[in-house]
Amino acid sequence: MAELRVNPTRMEMKRIQTRYQTARKGHKLLKDKRDELMKQFLDVVREDKALRERVEEALGKVYQSFTVASAVSSPKMLEEALICPKKEGELSVEYKNMMSVTVPVFHLRVHAEGGSDSYNYGMAFTSGELDSSLRELNSILEDLIRLAELEKTAQLLAEEIERTRRRVNALEYILMPQYLATIKTIKMKLDENERGNTTRLMKVKDMMLQAQLSQKRDSDDEEENA
Amino acid sequence: MYKIGIIGDRDTVLGFMALGFVVEDVKSTEEAAKKLHAMAKSGAYATIFITENYAMQIEEEMNRYKDMPLPAVISLPGQGGSTGYGMNNIRSAVERAVGADILFKE
Repeated sequence: MAELRVNPTRMEMKRIQTRYQTARKGHKLLKDKRDELMKQFLDVVREDKALRERVEEALGKVYQSFTVASAVSSPKMLEEALICPKKEGELSVEYKNMMSVTVPVFHLRVHAEGGSDSYNYGMAFTSGELDSSLRELNSILEDLIRLAELEKTAQLLAEEIERTRRRVNALEYILMPQYLATIKTIKMKLDENERGNTTRLMKVKDMMLQAQLSQKRDSDDEEENA
Repeated sequence: MYKIGIIGDRDTVLGFMALGFVVEDVKSTEEAAKKLHAMAKSGAYATIFITENYAMQIEEEMNRYKDMPLPAVISLPGQGGSTGYGMNNIRSAVERAVGADILFKE
């Protein structure tokens, strides 16, 4: 791992050590966040999957009876029957905070005249198949909305998890090893300097001793000669 | 209050009219994409359903709304029955989050 290019000083080392500590704390927090997000995400996805299976099956039935309905009555009549709905489906949206991800919560509100499962056409010109197809469709309306909500939540959570995972990995495999390597390099450099200093002092001491010794020897020689 | 939209073939989406959905029947992929953007941009829709036959072809356009809280753009099976495209979407979300497909292993 390439270390940072910094001056190998004690101060720089101290600074990087603090940053390393912060990175480690952040890494731990993000990892916890990722785990919790994952847990919630999997709950959502499991429910989403089950619901989608149910809805798709029900929709299949709806289409079947709808096809029959459109076969027995003319397209124009069918359209006429459906074109002005009695009902108006509206959603009110609340936002929920799920591990700091804003996810929508849908509430369905149906404005209907004369009961929510009344048909918006007369019985005279339409077939019974249309009735049953619409009844079926009506019964999965709540599920459809819930499906939309879950699927959206899953998408948003997936994005957040992906981002968190990247951050965790960046901290774990890039930033933290980089700091550690830098700290180690600085420490080695400082130690090396220390050793250099010691040797230098020893050398100087040696030289001084040598000088004193030779001085002493000279003065002894002089005394002997005298 | 938000509306619920559905985009798809005429025969498929007609029934949803009775539920009070705002129905856009389209004939081509381009039209579907255009309608999707118009609906999403208007900000009046919380949920936009698209039938699978179109959803498959305008995936890129749909992905644009993936990371926004609203609208929820959701694919539904069309007249031809489920093609597994919707399930595939869930699978890809799992793969994106977990890094591997852990729910649909077969």
